[in-house]
Amino acid sequence: MDRVQLLIGLSIALFSIGLLGVIVRRNLLVMLMCMELMLNGVNLSLVTFAHQMGEAVGAVLVFLIFVVATAEIAVAIPIVLLLVERKHSLDIGAYNDLKG
Amino acid sequence: MIETLLAGLDELLLVAFGIGALAGALLMIVLREPMRVATALISTMVFLGGIYGLLGVHFIAAFQVLIYVGAVMVFMVYVIMMLDPRDPAIQSRFSRLLVPAVIGFVILVFVLVGAAWQGAPEAPAAPRETFGLQQFAAAFVREYWLHFMVATVLMEAAIVAAVAVVKLHRRGRG
Repeated sequence: MDRVQLLIGLSIALFSIGLLGVIVRRNLLVMLMCMELMLNGVNLSLVTFAHQMGEAVGAVLVFLIFVVATAEIAVAIPIVLLLVERKHSLDIGAYNDLKG
Repeated sequence: MIETLLAGLDELLLVAFGIGALAGALLMIVLREPMRVATALISTMVFLGGIYGLLGVHFIAAFQVLIYVGAVMVFMVYVIMMLDPRDPAIQSRFSRLLVPAVIGFVILVFVLVGAAWQGAPEAPAAPRETFGLQQFAAAFVREYWLHFMVATVLMEAAIVAAVAVVKLHRRGRG
C-alpha cells in the first residue's frame, strides 16, 4: 500500500464516519460536527490528488471549501440556537414537526 | 541506524497522524458529551494539518489550523458553552437507525475503497515538484479569480443571513 492509497483510504473512512455520525447521533451540535468531519475527509482526498498530480487546482478547491464550511457554520449556528430556544432541547427527536 | 530511522520518519509520522485522525473520528461517534466530541474533532483536524504538512502543502496545513480549529471550532465551543449540552431529553446517544446505519456504513466503506483501489490513477514515474504558496497564489489570481470572488460574495451572504435570522426572530418575538 503506497502513500496515496493510504490517504485516500483515510479520507473515505473520515467521510463515512462523519456520515454515520449524522445518521446515528441524536444531538444537533454533534451532528453539525460530524458534517464538518465529512468536509475534512473530502479536503484530504482533494489535497492527496493535488499532491499526486502536482497541480494547484485541488488546493484552490480546498481553499474554497474552507470558505463554504465557514459560511455553513455561520448560518447553521444561529439556526440551531433559535431552534433550541424554541424547543428547549438539543434532541433531534424534538424537531419531528419539521417534517414536510 | 539513525539514518535509516530518519529516512522512514516521514512515512512513520504519516501513519501515526492517520491513526490519530481515525481514532479522533471514531471517538466522535462514541463519546456522549458535546464538548468531548468537539475536542476529538479538533484533534482530528490538527492531525490532518500534520498530514498536509508532511505532504508539503504547508499553506493548506496553516489554513486548516487557522480556519477550522481557530475559527469554526472556537465558534462551536462558544455555542456549547451557551447552551446546556447535558440535555435531559436526550435519553439515548444513538437513534433507532443505529443498526441499519452501521450496516450501510460498512457497505459504503467497502464500495468506496474498492472503487478507489480499482480506479486509482498510476503514480507518475518521476515524483513531480510540490507546488508552493507562490504557484498557488499565481493560479488563484490568474485562473480562479472568479471563483474567489464568488466565494467572497457567498461569505458576505452568509454573514447577512446569520444577522437576518437573529433579527427576524427578535422582530417576531417583540
